[in-house]
Amino acid sequence: MTDVPILEEDQELHDPQSFITRYIWSQDHKVIAIQYSITAIAIGLVALVLSWLMRLQLGFPGTFDFITPESYTQYYTMHGMIMVIYLLTALFLGGFGNYLIPLMVGARDMVFPYVNMLSFWVYLLSVLILVASFFVPGGPTGAGWTLYPPQSILEGTAGYEWGIILMLVSLVVFIVAFTMGGLNYVTTVLQARTTGMTMMRMPLTIWAIFTATILGLLAFPALFVGGVMLLLDRVLGTSFFMPAIVSMGEPLAYDGGSPLLFQHLFWFFGHPEVYIVALPAFGIVSDLISVHARKNIFGYRQMVWAIVIIGGLSFVVWAHHMYVSGMNPYFGYFFAITTLVVAVPTAIKVYNWVLTLWRGDIHLTVPMLFAIAFILTFVVGGLTGLFLGNVVVDVPLSDTYFVVAHFHMVMGVAPILVVFGGIYHWYPKMTGRMLNDTIGKTHFWITFLGTYAIYFPMHYLGFVGVPRRYYSFEGLEFIPESAYDLNRFITIAALIVGAAQLLFLFNLAWSLRYGRKAGTNPWRAASLEWQTPQTPPKHGNWGPTLPVVHRWAYDYNVPGAEADFVPQTVPQDGAAPPGGVAEAEP
Amino acid sequence: MNPFKALMEKPWLADPRPAEAIHGGSAARMTTLKAGLWLFLAVVTALFLLLGSAYFGRMSMPDWTPLQEPRLLWLNTGLLVLSSFAMQWAATSAHRERMAGVRAGLLTGGVLAVAFLAGQIAAWRQLSELGYFATQNPAYAFFYMITALHGLHITGGLVVLGAAADHAWRRDDAATMRRAARLCAIYWHFLLVVWAALFALMLADNSGAIHIIEYFSSLALQLFEVGAASY
Repeated sequence: MTDVPILEEDQELHDPQSFITRYIWSQDHKVIAIQYSITAIAIGLVALVLSWLMRLQLGFPGTFDFITPESYTQYYTMHGMIMVIYLLTALFLGGFGNYLIPLMVGARDMVFPYVNMLSFWVYLLSVLILVASFFVPGGPTGAGWTLYPPQSILEGTAGYEWGIILMLVSLVVFIVAFTMGGLNYVTTVLQARTTGMTMMRMPLTIWAIFTATILGLLAFPALFVGGVMLLLDRVLGTSFFMPAIVSMGEPLAYDGGSPLLFQHLFWFFGHPEVYIVALPAFGIVSDLISVHARKNIFGYRQMVWAIVIIGGLSFVVWAHHMYVSGMNPYFGYFFAITTLVVAVPTAIKVYNWVLTLWRGDIHLTVPMLFAIAFILTFVVGGLTGLFLGNVVVDVPLSDTYFVVAHFHMVMGVAPILVVFGGIYHWYPKMTGRMLNDTIGKTHFWITFLGTYAIYFPMHYLGFVGVPRRYYSFEGLEFIPESAYDLNRFITIAALIVGAAQLLFLFNLAWSLRYGRKAGTNPWRAASLEWQTPQTPPKHGNWGPTLPVVHRWAYDYNVPGAEADFVPQTVPQDGAAPPGGVAEAEP
Repeated sequence: MNPFKALMEKPWLADPRPAEAIHGGSAARMTTLKAGLWLFLAVVTALFLLLGSAYFGRMSMPDWTPLQEPRLLWLNTGLLVLSSFAMQWAATSAHRERMAGVRAGLLTGGVLAVAFLAGQIAAWRQLSELGYFATQNPAYAFFYMITALHGLHITGGLVVLGAAADHAWRRDDAATMRRAARLCAIYWHFLLVVWAALFALMLADNSGAIHIIEYFSSLALQLFEVGAASY
């Protein structure tokens, strides 16, 4: 490469002085990451409460007067939308991505810090627009999180007046925010890696976030286009998606639109979105397992290839969400095949995680517990995905709780377990203190067992044909009495699991002040983010000189080495690096 | 960097070369900006490709009524071509370090782009004076939306160019100016290509594009069925 490395003139290292520039209008990727995470968790709590309300209705139908059929549709719509987009996407990429990318590749910051700052504030704006929809006349939209027209913008759907408009505007704003952040993440990985850090020496966390961001950058435009067109249909009365239709006995002015076109646009975004959430989870879990089992990750190259292949395949499977919309059987055949093919790279990843654990020096720390729980949950959710990938199985099961169980296991619970594992793992780097272990383990066991109590029985509800999206099952003779008992059980489990998350929030706050001091590298990890001169890292991350990387991020228990891990900054001949190895703590 | 070669690396093996020889460290500012710009253009390409395929898909339905494009669009296209030429002039001057050329090129290019936008708005007005608004039929809806999004894309470019030029002019910062010229040329050529593709798509459906699509889709389906049957 003939380029001159970035000189110090480009890297203004002066610390921002005032409180405002340091914590509010901050351009520091670490502060932005924390801002993103706090916002995402806050809006996620709203979605959690909405799920409680849904479960109260399902478990104890008719007991709570304020839950009407309309508000029930609003709960599940907003719950789905918030959890998938405003919580998981924002937390994995805006939160973990922002915090970890510069630290793990050895950069001082993102390459476009100002754009990165804007990204957070625009994201916050999109969240505020979303929250505003709870307070407008008619409330938020109840169209279902897929927002299918024509129903989503017709009278009779809850939130028809304002809710749907705010929802679409919020999504468009979110996509602008995501694009600004995403450009940063990808460009930083490509352009700002430190000396010696080749692409293949990056930790899998970065590979996964990098690939997921590329997916997001290419997939979110589909939602943008679909959202803008639906908005025009609703506000200006165009007919992109709206066919000639009679509503409430009146023929409407719409004519000639195609509702199916929206489904294609939505799922062309919607399926990659699954991997935008799942890939970062894959990457983070690989690193957690390797560090806490004191072994190098098994099959690093395969893991990278699998990430890239899954990313590529995610763009050619979208219509498996549309089997019930009807399609040419050959298309169904094609999409079923591509869907099942995804299982191959995914299975490689699962085998490699298990083989990394095999004969490892497993430390059952809280992050490790969450990582192992992820593998179990992901396998269960993934296997039911193989069922649903087939057209003939999907058609009868599509509108039942089997699907709810499948996607909550595979892209709800599994990624959230990794979010927790990741926070328990990197919290010491972010704050300099450890999270409390006892609270952490309690939180883990309630969450892990509790989510199984919630979602495992739902598979059976699906088999007996209990339909999803229904406010009440009154008059459905085929549903046995035991299904109602099961629903009550699930509701109680959901209330307990939800409440357990308060334990986690308490732990975050309490440990900030009273947690055990962590030191620079409490997990004795080899990757670059644990080798910073200060913990938490200061503005600019690396002090006067950037680190130099001499090896990959997985040198644990290398034959012949004295310590059980060798940081990435240690030269191959074993001599200490110029800055000295970060102190390892037992 | 060859991505396939990079993916074949075996990072667990010790590499005896010095770290600088393995990877030289972070790239220069200009390369980084260029990478960021290309990435952004990839996102915009995805957006317009999706719009285009939605348009294309809708066009091939039997009830499609094409719109009559205002003649003015040809003039606007000419303005955008000239604007792109001016930006190229600025970029070439930047390469040869002729500051006068950079300034003149950026200014001309910017003014012509504004003229293009004004022309697009005039075309909108011509249509709406004839009574054709976005609600007329899907063809008009697509026309208004596509031109609006493309206009937004140009406006974004103008705002960034304006900010950079203003900054450079006041501080007499030749480096920023050259940088702006080189990036603007890429952005403007991209705008032109996108517009040309969209305009071509709009014109195509006047002259029987539906028949062409029908022919190819039936051909594809036949081939597929023959293949499936023989299998």
